[in-house]
Amino acid sequence: MSNETTTGIDERVNEMSSFRNALIRPELGGIIGTIAVFAVFIFLAGDSGMFSVQGVMNWSVVSAQFMIIAVGACLLMIAGEFDLSVGSMIGFAGMLIAIFGVTFGWPMWMAIILTFVICMTIGALNGLICIRTGLPSFIVTLAFLFILRGFTIFLPQTIERKTIIGGIREAAEGDWLGIIFGGKILQGLFIYLGDLGVIAVFSRGTRAGQPVVDGIPMLIVWALGLVIFGHILLTKTRFGNWVFASGGDAEAARNSGVPVSKVKILMFMFTAFCATVFATCQVMEFGSAGADRGLLKEFEAIIAVVIGGALLTGGYGSVIGAALGALIFGVVQQGLFFAGVESSLFRVFLGVILLGAVILNTYIRRLITGER
Amino acid sequence: MNAQTEKKPIIEMRNIRKTYGPVIALAGVSIKIYPGECHCLLGDNGAGKSTFIKTMSGVVKPTEGDIIVDGNVQNFENPRDAMEAGISTVHQHLAMIPLMSVSRNFFLGNEPTKKIAGIQFYDREKADHETMEAMRKMGINLRGPDQAVGTLSGGERQTVAISRAVHFGAKVLILDEPTSALGVRQTSNVLATIDKVRKEGVAVVFITHNVRHALAVGDRFTVLNRGTTHGTAERGGITPEALQDLMAGGQELASLEGSLGGTV
Repeated sequence: MSNETTTGIDERVNEMSSFRNALIRPELGGIIGTIAVFAVFIFLAGDSGMFSVQGVMNWSVVSAQFMIIAVGACLLMIAGEFDLSVGSMIGFAGMLIAIFGVTFGWPMWMAIILTFVICMTIGALNGLICIRTGLPSFIVTLAFLFILRGFTIFLPQTIERKTIIGGIREAAEGDWLGIIFGGKILQGLFIYLGDLGVIAVFSRGTRAGQPVVDGIPMLIVWALGLVIFGHILLTKTRFGNWVFASGGDAEAARNSGVPVSKVKILMFMFTAFCATVFATCQVMEFGSAGADRGLLKEFEAIIAVVIGGALLTGGYGSVIGAALGALIFGVVQQGLFFAGVESSLFRVFLGVILLGAVILNTYIRRLITGER
Repeated sequence: MNAQTEKKPIIEMRNIRKTYGPVIALAGVSIKIYPGECHCLLGDNGAGKSTFIKTMSGVVKPTEGDIIVDGNVQNFENPRDAMEAGISTVHQHLAMIPLMSVSRNFFLGNEPTKKIAGIQFYDREKADHETMEAMRKMGINLRGPDQAVGTLSGGERQTVAISRAVHFGAKVLILDEPTSALGVRQTSNVLATIDKVRKEGVAVVFITHNVRHALAVGDRFTVLNRGTTHGTAERGGITPEALQDLMAGGQELASLEGSLGGTV
């Protein structure tokens, strides 16, 4: 038996150019997109205050919101599943906190913990139904999109005869867990910077002398924390390897001893967790829960993930990419406002960038797998 | 008889019967498999090859008969039991994920970990290093450990799957028609891999219906026909024509072969 064919470098495989190697990194689209978006808005809205401390805080908060749900959607998509019930879950979770914490008058920490338990159980149920029935998660979670939204409207109407429940901020006053979602950090630093004159201070009104930005909201801390957690989980642990494998080829993964069902159900629960974090931060900030909260969020999360380089078919993607996708979203959505462009154009942008990202990803997948 | 009789079989299948209701899939099949040998299991479609290797790998339980591994009677409840006893199967449907890198595939389900600050992390350096080492031993040159499995040819993927099984301690390697979908050159690569694995002392059970592939690497040949075996022949003790005849169930093929000018 000749070894001629297996030793030595195969003459038909060209050396990969570094450009092609870079293309194979899932984050590449996100990095280029981020640079492009910043370049455009520095040009269009550089002098509109978009890049002042206040402006930065403005689009950072919006980006952080996208990031929180994008991390969950990203890990789930890499594991080969979708969750279309994220938006409804956000509304539902917020409403549960309001009902438990305001209507029932329970301590806020108890309301929040109970809400997390209920929502993650629903996430597990989503996963269990998909695994047991073998139905596509697209359909199962579409059903939950309607079921959860229905309850989000039905519950407050039945209990309080209205669809918005307020008074959450008052109910959360001084609550240790409420602070973790609704508080701010580094307030001292911002006051110091305000005193130094590095950032602007209010010149009039009741808050005169205080800095215009008085701290970093916990929403941003949660977003960065979840991105770091998701990235490490995915790339640096054996569980991350299982997530890729479950989405890449569930049958092959099972043959190799990967507990695919467990991995997928855990990812559904993590997505639900992210949605609940989003909802909790939101109700703490607004002080109220509304039945229409979180509308269309599931699609925005999925688009951010796809822009970040993940394949819709699973098995490939990056949390960092998804986070950059979310950043692009936040910058564009708020940037259009700063640039004085009609904000409805944001949806046009969403559609166009989604299409571009999917086409790019298909091309990249061919590069990786050598399909022709 | 010869040196073989002094060697102890690594696995012995004694009088295996398997019935599915009224259907007799296996009517008492016995073979002995020795370490460092390639044992070819030949048979036409429906001869019972698949059922037989499924009993060996713990996927189905035989209705009757004993499976003896290293002198101990085993009772496999599931494939995991068989794997723990050192019996590994490389399926036609490979346990490989095209979008993932060779090293991540290689260690899938057996990832090495290292502890940092009390948390278990995937030890990527170790995985990459060991994968490159194992691939070099098998004669596959990777661009790097992060090359995706999807870019490998079918034969190379088989080789990765085989060397993975050996790396994780397989003593008996069952290859279910590894060459059936491959071209000439890729087939020869896989046959070369079988040869290397055999030289490391692993027993290879090579299922095929291609007599030429079997004769190229086989040390012993067992032909299954309609759920029974006609005994085991040794290398040099049987002609390709005789093997072909046994597989086809005897003389019927002889007349057909004549009319086709010996092309089958």
